[in-house]
Amino acid sequence: MRRFLDVTYGVAYRSTKKVAVNPQLLLPSLIFPLFFFVAFAGGLSSVGNVPGFDFPSGYTAFQFVFVLLQASAFGGVFTGFGIAGDFENGFSRRLMLAAPSRLGILAGYALGAMIRAATVGVLLFVVAIISGMQIDGSGVDLFGLVVLALLVNLTASMWSAGVAMRLRSIQAGPVMQLPVFLILFLAPVYVPLDLLAGWIEAVAHINPVTPLIEGGRDLISGSDFQPLLVFGIAIGLGALFLAWAVRGVRSAERAG
Amino acid sequence: MNELSLQTYEMARRSIVKVLRQPALFIFPILFPLIMMGINVSGLDAATEIPGFPTDSYLDFAIAFPMVQGALFASINAGSSVARDVETGFLNRLALTPMQRAAMLLGLFTGEMLVAFVSTLIYLGVGFAIGLHFASGFFGVLVLLALSLLIALAFAGLGAFIGLRTGSPEAVQGVFPLLFVFLFLSSSSLPRDLIEHDWFRIVATWNPVSYLFEGLRSLIIFGWQAKELALGFGVAAVIAVLGVYGATVALRTRVAAR
Repeated sequence: MRRFLDVTYGVAYRSTKKVAVNPQLLLPSLIFPLFFFVAFAGGLSSVGNVPGFDFPSGYTAFQFVFVLLQASAFGGVFTGFGIAGDFENGFSRRLMLAAPSRLGILAGYALGAMIRAATVGVLLFVVAIISGMQIDGSGVDLFGLVVLALLVNLTASMWSAGVAMRLRSIQAGPVMQLPVFLILFLAPVYVPLDLLAGWIEAVAHINPVTPLIEGGRDLISGSDFQPLLVFGIAIGLGALFLAWAVRGVRSAERAG
Repeated sequence: MNELSLQTYEMARRSIVKVLRQPALFIFPILFPLIMMGINVSGLDAATEIPGFPTDSYLDFAIAFPMVQGALFASINAGSSVARDVETGFLNRLALTPMQRAAMLLGLFTGEMLVAFVSTLIYLGVGFAIGLHFASGFFGVLVLLALSLLIALAFAGLGAFIGLRTGSPEAVQGVFPLLFVFLFLSSSSLPRDLIEHDWFRIVATWNPVSYLFEGLRSLIIFGWQAKELALGFGVAAVIAVLGVYGATVALRTRVAAR
């Protein structure tokens, strides 16, 4: 256990420091979510006046939840880019030879991704509160929203880590990014589920991310929340992609 | 064929072959805006119920978005391509030949504009297949194609300027988020008079990209609107002149520094 924790700490420290001291890595992950928040909550706010749009906390809070979960997911995907980069420059090969616990490597990357997502999340919360976002949920609800965002981050980081460890090239970037982007945007992004029309309504109904986004919106608005459904799906997806990433580590081990 | 035309043809051919040999360079810039349009058309269909929304089909409103977004992606390609030529030394070797500098840039722009032209035809084809209404008729389609080509030239000019100034494909990619900000902080998703937040409406009014959207959109939704068209063509022409001039100066500096 001690070895596992040492490796986890070492890898998490390195990946966090790498992002913190490299503006090219740090700035996009901070600026993009803020920009999406401004563009969606600011530019589309009159969508909140559409007949039938009855979200109690207003359009800014409605969009905040989506942007928070999106930022958490992309924090995980960017970590996958880092893993792929480490494989390309040979660092991962040396790391796997040296580390006494290879699953600790995976845990370290996951912890690094969570630290990154937490930083972006705090920044988003601050900007949203300064811009006058209405929060009707209690402290417990907000804690639930933070846990939900971290579970989304874990799921995305395990997905991209699994891809990175199988393909071991930064050219796999679109393979990590595009499915996450699509599954997020095929959910009720701009309006609630019952106001969606056309093919996206059908897709959003079967999209597992839909209950997560709607659950997050229930939490921030203090509405009725279904914890078993929402956290059940979030934990289930996290476990599924954790297994995917662990098999990815085995694949990387076999490849040498 | 005079010498400049021949050299431009060769450079354009190289630019097109380079794109065709790497499917990611043309599939992604065409497919991604189409996917975004498909998502937005369904996801924001309810926005047509906002009082004062100019059309009852969000598709008619949103079809301009992939055209401008596609041109933006083409600019990144143009910038990255020319930066790679700097990085690999191709530009230096080319400068030793009798190739005219104008032909280098004209060839690059021709290639990128051809990609943008094909993209626009695809967007329009998909749009018509799923029920796009075009208020200004057949001649409106021709004017829209002309405006989208000018927009592609404008963005390609900016991309080439950045690529030649920095000589680094990574730096060009790094500027991409900034260009994306211009795209979203505009009237891309809602008409300016329906944007609720004053600060956003002011930013969108000062953002030249809004007028590109409104020029394209006017042909589709309203028919022939002189003011919107003049602003659309005018803004695109100003950006194109600045971009091409900047790229020309940057090329001259780059070759002189050799």
